[in-house]
Amino acid sequence: MSCLICGDNLVKTYGKGDAAVSALRGVDISIEAGEFIGIMGESGSGKSTLLSILGALNTPTAGKYVVDEIDVYRLSGDQRADFRREFLGYVFQTFFLMPYLTLSENVMLPLATAKLTSKRKKDMAEAALDRVGLSGKGDRLPSQVSGGEQERAALARAIVNEPPILLADEPTGNLDSGTSGRIMHLLRELNRSGMTVVMVTHSEECSRYAERILRLADGRFFPQEGEPGDGKASWKGNGGRPAECALLETDLSSGPVG
Amino acid sequence: MTLRGIAFRNLKRRKAKALFVLCGVTISVATVVALITLGLAVSDAITHNLEKFGANILVVPKTENLSLSYGGLTLGGVSFQMEQIRQSDLNRVSEIENSANVAAVGPMVLGVVEVNRTRVLLAGVDFETVNILKPWWKVRGALPQPGGILLGGEAGRVLGNSVGESVDIGGRRFTVSGILEPTGSQDDNLMFTHLEEAQDVLGMEGRVSMVEIAALCKDCPIGDMVLQLSRVLPGANVMAIQQVVKNRMETLRHFRNFSLAVSAVVLLVGTLLVLVTIMGGVRERTSEIGIFRAIGFRRLHVVRIVLMEAGVLSFLGGLFGYALGWAITRAVLPFFAEGHGLVVPVNAVIAGASLALALFMGLSAGVYPAVLAARMDPSDSLRSL
Repeated sequence: MSCLICGDNLVKTYGKGDAAVSALRGVDISIEAGEFIGIMGESGSGKSTLLSILGALNTPTAGKYVVDEIDVYRLSGDQRADFRREFLGYVFQTFFLMPYLTLSENVMLPLATAKLTSKRKKDMAEAALDRVGLSGKGDRLPSQVSGGEQERAALARAIVNEPPILLADEPTGNLDSGTSGRIMHLLRELNRSGMTVVMVTHSEECSRYAERILRLADGRFFPQEGEPGDGKASWKGNGGRPAECALLETDLSSGPVG
Repeated sequence: MTLRGIAFRNLKRRKAKALFVLCGVTISVATVVALITLGLAVSDAITHNLEKFGANILVVPKTENLSLSYGGLTLGGVSFQMEQIRQSDLNRVSEIENSANVAAVGPMVLGVVEVNRTRVLLAGVDFETVNILKPWWKVRGALPQPGGILLGGEAGRVLGNSVGESVDIGGRRFTVSGILEPTGSQDDNLMFTHLEEAQDVLGMEGRVSMVEIAALCKDCPIGDMVLQLSRVLPGANVMAIQQVVKNRMETLRHFRNFSLAVSAVVLLVGTLLVLVTIMGGVRERTSEIGIFRAIGFRRLHVVRIVLMEAGVLSFLGGLFGYALGWAITRAVLPFFAEGHGLVVPVNAVIAGASLALALFMGLSAGVYPAVLAARMDPSDSLRSL
């Protein structure tokens, strides 16, 4: 198996008996190191459930999930927590920064349990903030910066300990189009630096940053895997949703994706 | 940023909840400290007062006869005509192990004399110990000086003497210095004079008929003192007046039990209050805990954060609680115990115990919410975002 992230026949069912709801109905997924994957699908298609399983947060009802030859769901609870800390970075749609901590302290959270000196932690947080373009804003509280800056701080938190995999759940869902473009640009930069990025998104425009798009419907992948912008995907978009990633074309024109 | 830092910052952020927990612990600890401290102070005061409440050990000569007196009626025989105790032997009372607990030793010589053709019991006593051994005495007139005599209320009535008159006993004249108000005891029928003068009149120099001892051994059973006295007075029969002793001890025991029971209830209620508050805080932080877990915090890390917060508040609650409890005790003690020099010392043991109690209370109340927080499924927690 050459894949970094390998999911084999992943099934997730919530509830039991008549009330059982199948969120995933046997999904196979194979992602190689350094890929930028977009997972798309309508609400209820199972994409968030898939991301939570890939994030070692949600034990599948059936199937096997292996990352870097580690059978993730055979790990104990503590081992899985260690796995999340070492292998994964998360970016959430609602940022979820702790409002009582400064941006710098928020970025340091994944290092809270690490045996590092306070200075080393601060240096790492500063480097991460610098990488997302928030130099000099580490002392501010989340309420004192814009939504885009909060998202960038959340991104800095996700990458502060240099995880090999970045999972992003609708990273631009709460941002205006201009800011979304900058976030996507950052994700692409991180991917180019070697990080494997798996992103769930509703936005066709944002998905064009991905090298490969996996489309989910009713808990299954569509048979075809569309290339970005190939127009062949049967997924019909999200109707009247405002176009996100409006700066996409500008961004894309600055260099080829993938 | 460390787990400790997260805990402290969260306390600062949720000031109202932190204050509520702090108040719960402080009030609980203060109540317990006040009750215990007050209990100790009042116990001391009661003990001190009970020590003044008459004799509780009786020393009588050994005899093979049974008393023929009951309820003030003597049915033949001569109850008091028995062997006597040598007065010099009483010095040995000070040699017993618990001699420090002996408040007063009152030797008494008893004998029948005739006054105005009436047979009366004459008692020679040490009037210096009367205040301790017979604090209920109320004297019309005064306690006798040498050559004086004190009449029991009934004796005064029967003999028809009043204060200032003279009484002729065995060829010696005594002046009535006072008459006892009725006590309801055998004392009402007696005449009291100084020990040496009674011994002289009765021809019993150097001997006594019985000894009353006032003792309260707070930290040891009174039975021990009886045994110790029996050893030093082998010719005498030493008896504890059990009812008096038991009543004294029972009073103290009831007070202590009451304090402990109230303390237990207050602690239980306080602990539940803290538990509910911490639990509410944990539920509010469901998504925050989800994030912690998602970024790699182990369950134990989450437990440590919650318990650190509970621990900090408990420690402060213990400190404030002890100070408040001590202040309350100081303020209310005068209402519970009479006496001069009532003091409430700062007790290091109680202060330490308060801190330990507060920490136990806070941490035990924090364990369940902490475990609940740690057991939260991160994916469920994040779904609440």
